[in-house]
Amino acid sequence: MSDETATVAQPSAATTPAARVFGEGPIDSEFAIETTGLTKRLGHTAVVDGLDLVVPSGSVYGFLGPNGSGKTTTIRMLLGLIWPSGGSYRVLGKAMPAANASVLPHVGALVEGPAFYPWLTGRQNLKRLDAAGPDGQRRTRRARIDAALAKVGLRAAATKRYRAYSLGMKQRLGLAAALLRPRSLLVLDEPTNGMDPQGTREIRNLVRELAAEGSTVFLSTHLLSEVEQLCTHVGIISVGKLVAQGSIEELRGSGDSMLRVETEDAADAAQVLERMGLESIIVTGEIVSAQLDGQRPEECNRALVLAGVGVRSLTTDRRSLEDAFVALTGEGFDVAH
Amino acid sequence: MWLTELGLLFRRVRTRVLLFVLAAVPVAVAVAVRLSGEGPSPGQGPRFFDQITNNGVFAALVGLTVTLPFFLPLAVAIVAGDSVAGEANLGTLRYVLSRPVGRTRLLVLKATTVTVFCFVATFAVAIAGLIAGSILFPIGDVTTLSGDTLSLAAGTLRIGLAAILVAVSLLGLAAIGLFISTLTDAPVGAMAGTVGVAVLSGVLNAVPSLSWLHPFLLTHYWLSFGDVLRSPVYWNQILLNLLIQAVTVVIFAVAAWSRFTTKDVLA
Repeated sequence: MSDETATVAQPSAATTPAARVFGEGPIDSEFAIETTGLTKRLGHTAVVDGLDLVVPSGSVYGFLGPNGSGKTTTIRMLLGLIWPSGGSYRVLGKAMPAANASVLPHVGALVEGPAFYPWLTGRQNLKRLDAAGPDGQRRTRRARIDAALAKVGLRAAATKRYRAYSLGMKQRLGLAAALLRPRSLLVLDEPTNGMDPQGTREIRNLVRELAAEGSTVFLSTHLLSEVEQLCTHVGIISVGKLVAQGSIEELRGSGDSMLRVETEDAADAAQVLERMGLESIIVTGEIVSAQLDGQRPEECNRALVLAGVGVRSLTTDRRSLEDAFVALTGEGFDVAH
Repeated sequence: MWLTELGLLFRRVRTRVLLFVLAAVPVAVAVAVRLSGEGPSPGQGPRFFDQITNNGVFAALVGLTVTLPFFLPLAVAIVAGDSVAGEANLGTLRYVLSRPVGRTRLLVLKATTVTVFCFVATFAVAIAGLIAGSILFPIGDVTTLSGDTLSLAAGTLRIGLAAILVAVSLLGLAAIGLFISTLTDAPVGAMAGTVGVAVLSGVLNAVPSLSWLHPFLLTHYWLSFGDVLRSPVYWNQILLNLLIQAVTVVIFAVAAWSRFTTKDVLA
C-alpha cells in the first residue's frame, strides 16, 4: 500500500448536504472524545490504565497500538458496552455513560469486526439495525440504506444473505451500518481488516471523504502506514497506557530530520559534520547519516565541499512515524508491511 | 421494532423447523390412529387418546399432552436460551446496544418475542391437531371428562383455552431461559441449561419421597390444562399452575434484568 498518495479526496456529489438533513444536527464541541484517567480492570489486570485521550473535533485520530494493547476495550467503554473501573470520559462534549442515549445516535461504530445475522440479507440486516434504535426514520430508511450500501460499494450484494458474504464484503457491510445516518463521530476499529489492496484503498478514500464532510474519525489500528496516510492526529497506546499523543507533525518532530551523505571520504565527512554540531553520526561504508538538529542541509553541503570531501549524493529524510514510535516507546512494533 | 424483532426470529430456518416438527406431532398421532383401523381401547395411551376416533378435535388435546413434557419445553429452551446469548455469540449484541438500544428495552423486546413464541408454538400443535383430526375423523359434540356434552363450538373454545394454558405453562421456563441467556455468550450452553431445568423438575416430580416438594415444582401442574374439559371447569390446579408460573416469571425476569443491565458486554 506504499504506492498510495495522501491526497484528500473531494466529497462526491452523492454525499452533499441533502444526505445531512435527517435526524438532529451534529453535536458541536471542541473535542469529540475526552477521557480523564480512564481505567478498566478485568480481573486483576488493568487492560486500560489511566488513559487521557484528547480527540479534537474534525480530526482523523489514529489510535495506534499493537494487538492486545487495550484499543478495543477503550472503544467498548466509549460506546457504553462496558463500564469503566475508574476515570471519566466525554463524547461529543457530554459526560458518558450518562448521555449514552442522546450521544450514541451521533456516533457510527465498527467495533472488533462486523457482526450481523447470517440468515438475513445485507439489506435486511441494515434495516433491522436502523429500526432497532432512535433516529431511524422509517420514511427515509430505504434511501439511507441505499446510500450507505452505495458508499461502500455493496449495492450489488444487498439481497444476498450475509452468510454468503466474503470477509471483505462483511467489513463493507459493517461500514455501511456505521454510515446509515450522518454522524458527528465515527469510531472505526481496524476498518481495513480482511480487505484486499483495492478494498483497502477504497476504504481509506472513504475515510478521507467522511473527514472532509466534517465527521471526526477515531481510527483504531495497528498499521503505521494507515496512520501515516490518513490521520491528522495520533495517540499511541501500549499495554493499556497512552505513551504519546498529538498531531502527526508534533509526533514526527519537525526539527529531527536526518542527513544522509554518500561519499568515498566517509571518515572525513563524519569529522566535518561533527564539527558543525550534528548529532548521532553513523558511518556505514560509504554512507554517513546524522541528525540535522537545526542545521540547514545546504550549509552542511558547503562545509563538506570546502573541506575537500567528494560528495556523491546528499539527501535529507524526514523522520518517519515509525522512527518516532520506536524512539517514544523504546520498542519495536508489529508493522504489518 | 417489535415487528423486526419478531421477523428476526421467524425468518430463521431453525425456528420454522421447530414449529414444523411441533405441528407434525399431532398429525403423526392422528395418522397413526387412523391407519391402525380400530381406535385404542378406553383408558389406553395418553389422556384424550381414546377419544380421537369418536371426535377428531381431540387430536389437538392429544398433541398438547404429548408435546408438553418434552418437545414444547425443548423448543422454548432453544428460543429463550438463544435470545441474548445468541446475539452475544454473533456479536450483534454490541451493535444493537451501541445503536443505542437501552438494555432494559432490549430485554423487554426479547422477553416479548419469547412469549410470542410460546403461544405460536403451542397453537401450532393445537391447530395442526384440529385440522388433522377433523380431516381423518368425524367431528361433533365434545364429550367432557365429566361425561356430559358440549356443542362443537363450545368444545373448540375449551380446546383454545387449554392451548392458552399450555402456552402460559411455558412462560416460567421461558423466563428461566432468558435469565440463563444473560449469563453466557454461548447460546448452546444457555439452551442446555434451560432444558436441564425442565428435565430436573420432571425428575424430581417423579420421585415419590420428595412429594413435599412437588407442589412447588415448575412442571408439577403442567398437565392441569386438561381440567378445562370438565364441566364445570375444575380450576383448582389450573390456578396453582398459573401462580407458580407467575412467581417464576417475576423472580427470573428481575434476575435477568439486574444481570443484563450491569453486565460488561465483551462479546
